[in-house]
Amino acid sequence: MNRRSFLRATALAGGGLMVAIYLDPPAVLGQEGSRAPAGGANYKPWAFLKIAPDGKVTILGKNPEGGQGAKVHLPMIIADELDVDWKDVTIENAPLDEQSFGIQRTGGSTATPINWEPLRQCGAAARQMLVAAAAQTWGVQVGECNTASGRVRHMASNRSLGYGELAARAATMPAPDLKSVKVKDPKDYKVIGSPAKNQDVPKIVRGEPLYAIDVKLPGMLYAAYEKCPVPGGKVATANVDEIKKLPGVRNAFIVPGGPDLTYTYPACCIGVSLHGGVAIVADTWWHAQQARTKLKVTWNEGPTAANSTEGFNRRAQELSKQPPQVKLYNDGDTERALAGAVKTVEAAYYYPFLAHAPLEPQNCTAHYKDGKLEVWVGTQTPREGRQVIAQSLGMAENDITVHFVRMGGGFGRRILNDYMADAAWIAREMNGTPVKLLWSRQDDLTHDFYRPAGYHFFKAGLDASGKIVAWNQHYVAFGEGEKFAPNTAIGGASFPAGFIPNFSFNASLIPMGIPTGPLRAPGTNGTTFVYQGFIDELAVASGKDPVDFRLALLDTPRKLLPNTRDAFNAERAKGVLKLAAEKSGWGKRQLPKGTGMGVAFLYAHLGYFAEVAEVSVDAQNRVKINKVWVAADIGSQVINPLNAVHQVQGSVIDGMGAVMAQETTFVNGRAQQVNFNDHRLVRMNQAPKDIEVHFLKTDNAPTGLGEPALPPIIPAITNAIYAATGKRIRTIPIGKQGFSWA
Amino acid sequence: MPFTLNVNGKSVTVDVPQDMPLLWVLRDVLDLRGTKFGCGLGQCGACTVHLRGNAVRSCQTPVSAAAGAAITTIEGLSPDASHPLQRVWEELDVPQCGYCQAGQIMSAAALLRRNPRPTDADIDVAMSGNLCRCATYTRIREAIHKAAGTVSPAATTAEVIR
Repeated sequence: MNRRSFLRATALAGGGLMVAIYLDPPAVLGQEGSRAPAGGANYKPWAFLKIAPDGKVTILGKNPEGGQGAKVHLPMIIADELDVDWKDVTIENAPLDEQSFGIQRTGGSTATPINWEPLRQCGAAARQMLVAAAAQTWGVQVGECNTASGRVRHMASNRSLGYGELAARAATMPAPDLKSVKVKDPKDYKVIGSPAKNQDVPKIVRGEPLYAIDVKLPGMLYAAYEKCPVPGGKVATANVDEIKKLPGVRNAFIVPGGPDLTYTYPACCIGVSLHGGVAIVADTWWHAQQARTKLKVTWNEGPTAANSTEGFNRRAQELSKQPPQVKLYNDGDTERALAGAVKTVEAAYYYPFLAHAPLEPQNCTAHYKDGKLEVWVGTQTPREGRQVIAQSLGMAENDITVHFVRMGGGFGRRILNDYMADAAWIAREMNGTPVKLLWSRQDDLTHDFYRPAGYHFFKAGLDASGKIVAWNQHYVAFGEGEKFAPNTAIGGASFPAGFIPNFSFNASLIPMGIPTGPLRAPGTNGTTFVYQGFIDELAVASGKDPVDFRLALLDTPRKLLPNTRDAFNAERAKGVLKLAAEKSGWGKRQLPKGTGMGVAFLYAHLGYFAEVAEVSVDAQNRVKINKVWVAADIGSQVINPLNAVHQVQGSVIDGMGAVMAQETTFVNGRAQQVNFNDHRLVRMNQAPKDIEVHFLKTDNAPTGLGEPALPPIIPAITNAIYAATGKRIRTIPIGKQGFSWA
Repeated sequence: MPFTLNVNGKSVTVDVPQDMPLLWVLRDVLDLRGTKFGCGLGQCGACTVHLRGNAVRSCQTPVSAAAGAAITTIEGLSPDASHPLQRVWEELDVPQCGYCQAGQIMSAAALLRRNPRPTDADIDVAMSGNLCRCATYTRIREAIHKAAGTVSPAATTAEVIR
């Protein structure tokens, strides 16, 4: 990526060394190699490492962590290039300070691709400076020295010095030009590619306070917050005077809500604003919640109270019979090709609205005093959270300090920081007293930024050889005019566009006021089921094996329309597809009656995943996932294979939940699912005991996997159900269609 | 009203309403925050503690029902994280986000106390009340078997192909 970055080395008090890598804002290009950031405030240090005089190495973990593992695997990259043993490295959590640390966000499986090159350069440059310091100490040539395990050695004389001993002198060495920094030959990696554990586990198994919900400040009170059951609605009246008299209650008040509280099209991440509602502040959260049961509120529900899943379904059917409203991607002459096809296949697919439900309910502790605010929170986007507070309260960002701590899951929900605005407002009302706002599970499930539902109406044509010659897709989504609601847009040029000569992909939009947002693998967590399900139908219609059919489709030379781009690499997709087929014994194993295998693949977030599920379905439609095989191509390195396997296995089981049981439905604008009895996650007894994970290394820069591993399992399972039973699944979740877990 | 609780071997008196769930007494009154809140409905198991040696959901246990009985939380499972489950949890790197894991460990500890050599089916029964949103079930199963010295049905297969 950014080759015109530069380094800055600083002496630490007591003789230590700090090395930081700075990315280059375009305005100050050409200053690489400087020892001091002449560009001043424009320069953002991207990564840090510190070497203390005693040789201890500290590497900064700067991004929010909630189980993705970037807190471990990003420092691993620096440590390997620095040539220190992983056991000697301490990871330090960075505070929110984008002036000092660059972008601090978690989302989009971006940590690896963004950081791979600068972090290697940072470690390698620091190593180079330590070697230079040693060579100067000994009066020898740099080329006569090598490094291992945090020491520089002069080979000829067999002298050696530890990095700690060299740190002070290294800080006086010129920082190398990053262009000249030599990174390791991958065959010499010692840390990259070796399993590394999550360093927070010892605290987790001891029950030490780690999460925002565990924050406790002196004199802190607890808040519950009743919001309108229709998102965006506001309070008309509330019996707050009665509530104030209840046991343990210290205060109760109406929060008006932001002036422009519309959920129709918030800009991603910062467009959320304060929910109107009633806050109850009490000695314990339980007291606040008890008082909440006595709350009597009348709401101005607003126009979105007319929303219902049934209404959306009806409207989608109507729109499917009309010409699409929004043109997205059109290649060839689909109508004509359909007319000339030997066989046509029609199908309608649907996936529902879906909540995130991280296990730690949304919460935020806030302390407002003397015009300044301090908050403690689990968020994927601390900077945007601070902006949301600033906008909602009319405060300057400089007056707000955000402490972000380990998250009890994120899955995209903690990209949106509405709960931070709630807490900040309540804390300002409670001027001087710290307050912890905690949402109940019902608050969480009924006030989410849901994965939007989607309706896909297909008609495709096959020629005599079984090849797809026409593909017509009418996507009915949500939005107004030609503007898609957040996280509903689909790239028109994505697979299989370009592989089919006559391809028509267009959309119609249903107006909606339900807040939508990114859920793990946004953009593909629903559509992969749709695409890979319909392609499976076409394979069956053509009489071809589902793996062979996909491989043949990928073998078609791709022709995208001019001015359309998609980085999809068919060879890499074929690579994982073949590997998954090989490992699962696809087509080679005799399966009992009622058992079938299904396959699907995905390119997303720069990674390639193919997944095969072997599924048994009994006479009562009870489904058992016998085994899953995953083949992944995330480039040339799997930086932390231990966490990589964990992410993939968790993705598979997470996806199973989306297949069977999870959806959010709306009646009168209200989400109907309120707790884990009706938003059902996969449980231990349903989870497959064996999920095989195979990584195929290819000559491509390493990329992330917390998201792309998830979507393919959904169609792999539904396609396997077809193979086992002949029942084609076109709507998820399947629990409503008579299926259950065995 | 005052209740005397025996938490992790120590006797403490709290003055709280009799219907206050043990979860909130532990977290907000006694500062034992290792026990987690996930659903408030006994659906997720994040709040699992031991009451008289049995795994219970503390969000569904009124403080009045816990008074006088031995209560063990994750903080008191062992003095130094030396319980076999805590050790194996670290060894196998079980947690992802980690939020549910105190509840998982407490359910597993109760299982092993009454059934030191559980089968897979035993694990299913004992552990299916504990949700893990990150879905670490594969490793939780493996860790329980390892702590018990029993054989895991299928070790994790993972490989990197050059």
